[in-house]
Amino acid sequence: MGLHFIRPDTKIDFVGFRHVAYFVSAALILLGLASLVLKGGPRYGIDFAGGIIVQVKFEQKTDMVQVRQALEDQNLPGLVVQQIGAPDDSEYLVRTSSSEVSSEDVRTSISETLARKLPQAKGEIRRIEMVGPKVGADLRSKALEAMYYAILLIAIYISGRFEQRWTAAGIMAGGLFLGIAGLQFLGLSTSWLIVAAMVITLGLCLYLRLTYALGAVVALIHDVLITVGVFSLLNKEFDLTVIAALLTIIGYSLNDTIIVFDRIRETLRYGKETSFAQVINNSINQTLSRTILTSGLTMIVVVCLYILGGSVIHDFALALMVGIFVGTYSSIFVASPILLHFQRGIQAEAPVKAKA
Amino acid sequence: MKKLNWRVALTLLVLVFGAAYVLPSIPAVQNSPLARILPDRRINLGLDLKGGIHLTLGVDMKKALENSLSIAGDDLRNASREEEIVVLKPTLLPGERIELALLTVDKEQAFEDLLKKQFKQLRVDGKESREGRVVYTLAYTPDYVKQLTRLTLDQAVKTIRNRIDEFGVAEPDIRKQQDENRIQVQLPGLQDPERAIKIIGKTAHLEFRMVDETVDPEQAKKGVMPPGAELSVLLHRNKDGGYLEKPIVLKKEVVLTGEAISDAQVHFGNYGEPYVGIAFNPRGARTFERLTGENVKKRMAIVLDGKVYSAPVIQEKIAGGKASITGSFTPEEAADLAVVLRAGSLPAPVNVLEQRTVGPSLGQESIDKGIVSTLVGGALIILFMIAYYGLSGLVADVVLMMNIVLTLAGLVLFGATLTLPGIAGIILTIGMAVDANVLIYERIREEIRKGLSVAAAVDLGFDRATLTIVDANLTSVLTAAILYQFGTGPIRGFAVTLILGILTSMFTAIFVSRIFFDWYVKRRPEAATLSI
Repeated sequence: MGLHFIRPDTKIDFVGFRHVAYFVSAALILLGLASLVLKGGPRYGIDFAGGIIVQVKFEQKTDMVQVRQALEDQNLPGLVVQQIGAPDDSEYLVRTSSSEVSSEDVRTSISETLARKLPQAKGEIRRIEMVGPKVGADLRSKALEAMYYAILLIAIYISGRFEQRWTAAGIMAGGLFLGIAGLQFLGLSTSWLIVAAMVITLGLCLYLRLTYALGAVVALIHDVLITVGVFSLLNKEFDLTVIAALLTIIGYSLNDTIIVFDRIRETLRYGKETSFAQVINNSINQTLSRTILTSGLTMIVVVCLYILGGSVIHDFALALMVGIFVGTYSSIFVASPILLHFQRGIQAEAPVKAKA
Repeated sequence: MKKLNWRVALTLLVLVFGAAYVLPSIPAVQNSPLARILPDRRINLGLDLKGGIHLTLGVDMKKALENSLSIAGDDLRNASREEEIVVLKPTLLPGERIELALLTVDKEQAFEDLLKKQFKQLRVDGKESREGRVVYTLAYTPDYVKQLTRLTLDQAVKTIRNRIDEFGVAEPDIRKQQDENRIQVQLPGLQDPERAIKIIGKTAHLEFRMVDETVDPEQAKKGVMPPGAELSVLLHRNKDGGYLEKPIVLKKEVVLTGEAISDAQVHFGNYGEPYVGIAFNPRGARTFERLTGENVKKRMAIVLDGKVYSAPVIQEKIAGGKASITGSFTPEEAADLAVVLRAGSLPAPVNVLEQRTVGPSLGQESIDKGIVSTLVGGALIILFMIAYYGLSGLVADVVLMMNIVLTLAGLVLFGATLTLPGIAGIILTIGMAVDANVLIYERIREEIRKGLSVAAAVDLGFDRATLTIVDANLTSVLTAAILYQFGTGPIRGFAVTLILGILTSMFTAIFVSRIFFDWYVKRRPEAATLSI
């Protein structure tokens, strides 16, 4: 047989680490939330905030100070000049927050000013993105809606699929739907609706004893919160691609969690373990090799994308990197150990055969 | 699962089918004789890859309704005249309504009959007696508003299409978003985006309106204005090329719009200054003749996109349906104006709500970087799999490549668009696709360790892992489907490649790679070892 990273007889007491893991997770989440609160919410990119981005590349070496100085007296509100790529590329992102001024005027103003003040540098405008405030608001609510539906669908899928309790899943869907419709009627904003949807989902999972679903949803919220927190800490902007990455992370994180959960159920059915903690530990250990391998392989390609993919895709790859890492961590250290706390529901579902 | 032949046949069939759809997208194949027998379809590249402009335009429906109401008001007044009902000039009110005063009280019934008979689209919103007159407030019925909105949007789309055709862009994509009164325009591979945006974005909303000379512009600036008047600006070109804006007060009512124009050409005046000569259609010509006749010695403003280009004094009644738009144009501006006026002006002002332009050089760079990332990422995975799983790893690599081919073929088959995030989706599926193989292999290793024979371990490994793979992948497909539903252009491309990649990976990893193992087990039933 080929190589091994994880020895087949690995026996790590993951469940025993759970308190440390909870602490680490809580600390990371709190840190991210604190950053979000201190910075007055997430930093929206122009997709959501509206504004104009102009990407300029100069043929001759031009440094950032020159570009900024050239544009300074143009009265462009919220002007930010950012370097992309290597310093030698002389490629910059010029961003303004103005959306009242027509994009055409801003674009002409930027290109003409650069051509006039830095004639020898030969700037080429390679990309312009202008999002008006209305479209920005639309995209924002669309993105939130997508997150909301993702949570809804996944909660339903997991409760139905894991517990083979489609009735419970139905109740879950109905409850979530009614609850949100009610809150929507009260005129709550979409971001609060998402929070409400999460709370209702968790509450219903708890109430209906959908333990696996509970573990999976907790892990999923955990992953998204940490990724969002890391982005806030790094001062990164949220745009459409980052939302796409978050949704991908939701799917991917579940992927890992489901594989461990599947093993837990299988071990419960055929296993000879004495305690539930043991069942969880063995299941995680048995799937550990696979978990590390596939996360590692996906990580390799995402890192390639991050390094080689170019500026447009940079933040997207970064979000995926963070998300894959956190997702793998959470399916080992968070999702499964959580089952232990709600054990009653599981043993009622699938009695440990070995005991009988 | 023991019968190999049909499985091999199916796999080969799928592979040939997939290759047939992918090959035409490779430049080297396009010029070879092979191209003649392959389907004539290529991968659709998104604007972020081939360069181009994406625009979201919002149609100002309020303005469209107001314009239409103005005209309806005039028509109503004319029709009333024929019935010998005396009606004062209608004035526009805020909230898309018009006010219209009936001078003769005894004609109330006749007027309302006329409304019912000939102006079904108008609804009486209010009616009151004022100084011996009956003053009606009229608005469009909701049904008519809906109809008019639809028509306006349709016409805007048509006009934009005309303009783009005049400008000569290959394969433009113009779509309307009915519910939001928006239009999405995609212009791929444009070399000179600046002028195109100017031409499309220019509403070229031409209006002829009377100047309200009873109001002092300076007073109007302070907000002192009678109802029915509006402050606007008169443009004067400076010597340095910039524009000077002077306030001017216009009557709100629009007497003629660009719709009445049948032709527009650039001409040059005595001093070589360019102007646009326009010809009216018969109806427009009649209106223009009547108007100029009624308003001799008054000033008529020629308003283009909300700004007054000139406001000449009408010297005499103008018959013949010809007029000229003077103003301080450069020859190029005049030429572009003639183009848009010929192509038809937009039925209402259009605002650029969103604009995304990618230059061709950045698009090509994105493609190159995408290909490099895919190749490097793919190579690392391929090497790793061989190093870690030996021959079985090689099998995983073979099916991985098949997976990529099938994903691309799926893109062509469904006419989906490959975007930069879409390439990222392919890269991501490379990582995710081997996941299925890893799951199976780890399971087989486990079963072999337990002491099972190779044959039994392969069977059990595939059977047990299959359910897990389907399960785990479904969640990714689920979130990708949501992403597709809510996402816009580039993000959709990502969702599509991710879904296709995951679905094909299930086929290649579970179905195709098993063929190799079953074949091995069949040839060497007693084999004690497996390179895994």
